[in-house]
Amino acid sequence: MCLAIPGKVEELFQQDGLKMAKINVGGIRKSVCLQYTPEAVPGDYVLIHVGFALSIINEAEAQRTYQSLQMTDDLKDFAALQDQVSNEIR
Amino acid sequence: MKYVDEFRDRKFAQALSGQIALAATQPWRIMEVCGGQTHTILQYGLEDLLPSTVQLLHGPGCPVCVTPLELINKAIAIAPVPDVILCSFGDMLRVPGSTGDLLQAKALGADVRIVYSPLEALNLARKHPDRRVVFFAVGFETTAPANAMAVYQAKRLGVSNFFLLCSHVTVPPVIAAILQAPNNQVQAFLGPGHVCSVMGTAEYEALCRNYRVPIVISGFEPTDLLEGILRCIQQLERGEARVENQYARAVITAGNEAAQAIVTEVFDVSDRIWRGLGSIPKSGYRLSYAFRQFDAEREFQVEAITTEESPLCISGQILRGLKKPSQCPAFGTQCTPEQPLGATMVSSEGTCATYYKFGKLPLKPVSERDTP
Ligand code: SF4
Repeated sequence: MCLAIPGKVEELFQQDGLKMAKINVGGIRKSVCLQYTPEAVPGDYVLIHVGFALSIINEAEAQRTYQSLQMTDDLKDFAALQDQVSNEIR
Repeated sequence: MKYVDEFRDRKFAQALSGQIALAATQPWRIMEVCGGQTHTILQYGLEDLLPSTVQLLHGPGCPVCVTPLELINKAIAIAPVPDVILCSFGDMLRVPGSTGDLLQAKALGADVRIVYSPLEALNLARKHPDRRVVFFAVGFETTAPANAMAVYQAKRLGVSNFFLLCSHVTVPPVIAAILQAPNNQVQAFLGPGHVCSVMGTAEYEALCRNYRVPIVISGFEPTDLLEGILRCIQQLERGEARVENQYARAVITAGNEAAQAIVTEVFDVSDRIWRGLGSIPKSGYRLSYAFRQFDAEREFQVEAITTEESPLCISGQILRGLKKPSQCPAFGTQCTPEQPLGATMVSSEGTCATYYKFGKLPLKPVSERDTP
């Protein structure tokens, strides 16, 4: 129920005094209210919940999370390598 | 899908799993607050990636589940009124009241409709000025700004045939209630990412301070949750109790201030009854005085219908993380998603329903479960 999904802002418009946008969510275009993220522009990704954008997804933070995952993964390989080396020495 | 697929990568999940095993030197119990998080955990079998010493407790964060039976009965009573169009989100329509559910009311002739957004409900009211449109509004802080905007717009546009049947609940008071219980089991929380995208992190800072409990605000994809778990364990092992924001791509400290402003204008904080948990002080919203004309409970004088829950049901303990569905004698037998007996089976995000869906059935033969 608190599901919110990322979608890409494609086109801005106004409706009944509300900021709206056509947003592409996995290939499907939806009308979404941008009243809570008025600074969103086409190309931005926003988090959508029941027809409203709740936040603009921060690309830099997403990258940072991804890089820390990458690092965790590299660490794992490093640990495996160390294990292998110490086994060989033994 | 961008911002989704990269956080479902198996290789990263396994790397995090290894880190968690290294970090946890003793048993820990962590609660994920949201039903959506529980769903991901069960769907991707994340518990299998954790050492046996780390236990996940599933929290109360399914708004459909905790909507009191009395209110569902009210919705079912309002739906057949001749000039009414009753609408809500899809999952609400299947929740059984004392006498059937809203879909059955529809089959009997009531005008019941599923809407994707509360603005759609408002548009229905504008399209049908001769009808009264009642929107059954449930949800946590994530959904409150959308529902608040619908009411705000109704007032601005002078729409007088739009009403809210409102059951809004908020997360911090229920976390406090769980922590205050003398038999509390929870040692750290995965905080509700989408709730915090609206509300920010201040309320969780206060919980950390008052109860000395780590809270890691987490996303909803598998590696988000595993990273949240890892950070919880790192704090627990070091004896820390801080708010950390794993979900920084969507959550900022202040939250969404424009959304908070409308919510504050349209709603007042109020005591709320949580199905399975009872009344919790200041744990939800009701329409404020200035917006009272949109209150469906004022417009429709529906008599209070007394309700009784099944004595078998232990959903109250499940919502607090004290028990698992498999400890309920009715699970999967008398109680199924088709015939739910209690709160945590009524919605697809409820813990019992999620266990049922992903085959955590107590009677499943071992051989079948072992096949990959
Ligand atoms: S399985 Fe049904 S009866 Fe048992 S705790 Fe869950 S909701 Fe209640």
